[in-house]
Amino acid sequence: MSEEYVLQLQHIRKEYPGVVALKDVSLELKKGEILALIGENGAGKSTLIKTCSGAVIPTSGKILVNGKEYSSMSPQLASENGIAIIYQEFNNVAELSAAENLFLGRPIKKGIIVDKAAMEREAVKAFERLHININPKTLMKNLTVGYQQMVEIAKAIQQEAKILIMDEPSAPLTSAEVESMFEVVEHLRKEGISIIYISHRLEEIYRLSDRIVVLRDGEYVKTLITEESHVDELIHLMVGRELTESYPPRKDCVDRNTVVLELQNVTGNGDENMNLRLHKGEILGLGGLVGAGRTELAQLIFGAAKKKSGKMIFNGKEINPKSPREAIDLGIALVPEDRKRHGALLGVSIKNNINMAVYERNSTLSVIDSKKEREVAEKQRVDMAIKTPSLDQLVKNLSGGNQQKVILGRWLAANSELVIFDEPTRGIDVGAKYEIYKLMNDLVEKEGKTILLISSEMEELMGMSDRIIVLSEGHMTGELSKNEFDQDKIMAFASAAVKEG
Amino acid sequence: MKDKVVYQLRDKAIWVVFVILFIAFTIANSTFITPNNLIMIARQVSMYGIASIGMTFVILLGGIDLATGSIITFINILCAYFMVNSGMNMFVAILLSLVVATLIGTLNGFMVSSIGMPALIATFATQTIFKGFAYILCGGRPVNGFTTAFKVIGQGYVGPIPVPVIIMIVCFALGSFILNKTYFGRYFYAVGGNEEAAKLSGIRVGRVKYLVYSLSGLFAGLAGIVMLSRTNSGQPTAGDGYEFDVITCVVLGGVSVTGGYGKLSNVAAGVLIIGALTNGMVLMNVNSYIQMVVKGLVLAFAVGFDCLQKKRQTT
Repeated sequence: MSEEYVLQLQHIRKEYPGVVALKDVSLELKKGEILALIGENGAGKSTLIKTCSGAVIPTSGKILVNGKEYSSMSPQLASENGIAIIYQEFNNVAELSAAENLFLGRPIKKGIIVDKAAMEREAVKAFERLHININPKTLMKNLTVGYQQMVEIAKAIQQEAKILIMDEPSAPLTSAEVESMFEVVEHLRKEGISIIYISHRLEEIYRLSDRIVVLRDGEYVKTLITEESHVDELIHLMVGRELTESYPPRKDCVDRNTVVLELQNVTGNGDENMNLRLHKGEILGLGGLVGAGRTELAQLIFGAAKKKSGKMIFNGKEINPKSPREAIDLGIALVPEDRKRHGALLGVSIKNNINMAVYERNSTLSVIDSKKEREVAEKQRVDMAIKTPSLDQLVKNLSGGNQQKVILGRWLAANSELVIFDEPTRGIDVGAKYEIYKLMNDLVEKEGKTILLISSEMEELMGMSDRIIVLSEGHMTGELSKNEFDQDKIMAFASAAVKEG
Repeated sequence: MKDKVVYQLRDKAIWVVFVILFIAFTIANSTFITPNNLIMIARQVSMYGIASIGMTFVILLGGIDLATGSIITFINILCAYFMVNSGMNMFVAILLSLVVATLIGTLNGFMVSSIGMPALIATFATQTIFKGFAYILCGGRPVNGFTTAFKVIGQGYVGPIPVPVIIMIVCFALGSFILNKTYFGRYFYAVGGNEEAAKLSGIRVGRVKYLVYSLSGLFAGLAGIVMLSRTNSGQPTAGDGYEFDVITCVVLGGVSVTGGYGKLSNVAAGVLIIGALTNGMVLMNVNSYIQMVVKGLVLAFAVGFDCLQKKRQTT
């Protein structure tokens, strides 16, 4: 049976300190087949394919290539065994030609001189094999993204790759480019090359793949024969976990007569035709996969990115915030996704972090009212239960949960009417999570604030939102009211293909 | 508790270095510790001290200002020109010169903030431009002939304390007020620490950069005027290489070259160390070429120490 499979991953387990990324995952790839690998964000797809390239060393488990057994791969070993990965970000040099990129790191030489003509001849041959037409002399930067990807594939094939792993290859491409990529993939299958194809787009998977492996939360769920499976079943397998976590209860405090924020056909920052209404006291969830354009929408509302067209109406007035400062002064706050890069000022004290957005408000002739400064910080420390010996403690010395509380404190201190939470509980322990949920409830229930919640955690989204809007590839693909909440439906909207206008 | 002690020690380490250096020079040459010599050191460092305040702000923000030396030179010549060639009142000339100095800083702010040029290159260009203007203005010759009243700024005394030292102390007080009591100071640390997060906290980063480079220009200009009064002659080479010493003072004072961390009180120590070092080497008859080597090594060690600490934190 081992002759049938070119690649077998057996009982792969990968642990990181505190997290198990993969638990006993097995996968088999047959010669000349296209195997789709699917799962939500964080299901472990990337970690799994990285074990094949040697970028990740499994904690336990076996990797069999053509029947030969290894406990782990190395980049060297992977390439000797004909395994190549096409990542989403290409490893190319923009200022070199297509042919030079094809032979990057292993140029054809005549003595000590690089033989450009020979490389160009070989490049033409490699491109012909894929039935594509690229002038080998063209500089990489002048090629479209689609052709750049072709060069990457050609490079893999030229190096005699027998197993090609493609990580969301269609994501950066236009629909026409996707078509030509499909053709190339079909050619490769006919040549007997085996392909692992990762994509969020279910229709592509149904079109291309022979079999589908589903992962969920780092665990192997099931292998399906594509022809015999149905899309509903697939979605259910991806998201079908038991809902176990509990969420603090909240009474219905949505004031449906008061619209706090309304977007009318807002376009820009990668998003198109965003339409939504957000009511006072409401928590509106924004669902979707990573890269669906949710953070981008938050940046538009917060003035961190420019919109191209459309209208934003905040409390009945049209607004066009050109900077976060303007948005803050209007009463909009953003708790950003990447705490370390965009949120906390790590080298600055807790007190200063909390006051950062209100300093100009609490200063006379730019001199800070230091009594007020301390009061503001102290109030947030108590309200948020920030665990620290002193308000002068630098934020970098706090735990993730406490850092997040400091950032939340900053926006509560600013008394913002609309708070956008972008992945508020990522990387935070369970206890701190629960406290943050309670805070969100208090905000809408007791203080009449409004929340836009972006979350990739399905449970959190359904547990906390009054309503959910789902985005896919920069478009709104669905809206669900509380009684319609359903993991399958959300996932179906999130992986809906959007036809280009 | 132990952490606190370690932190305090590290925080005050520069003052320990200062004391050790002091004792060492005293042992090497007893005239070092005489009141006359100490006052001379204080007077010598006053110009570094004044200029180092603006530089501290710039480096806190993660930038650098290489134009400091040539702003000192240009303002030196300009103020002299105003008083001697234009016959301007002393106070008007000083005020006008300071405005020009600030505007040169603003120009740096424009290039760094609005155009997005790397600070190193932008201020490098300004450095050469205004060095050139200084020569054009004076035709390469020194400008002389000021009133006796003007001499007070650089040569006067209040009791035993030289006026330039008093100006330096006032400047440090002012700088520390800006840094610790106004929100601009908080912004300097925030922007220097993480520009993107600062922006998303509502800080108008562009404006902060303009302010910081303008202030750096202003303090450099003031240093230029003090120097003019002290030497009593406008020299087209007056501030040559000053930016080097000023940057060394600031970095030696523990201001992180990557921005976001540092204290003005420690910069004062950095200034005194450079002053004591220069003076001590002169007293010990150290060859001026060797002095250059020593100063370069001091800068390299100061920056190296900062970077090593950073490296240890991240790994």
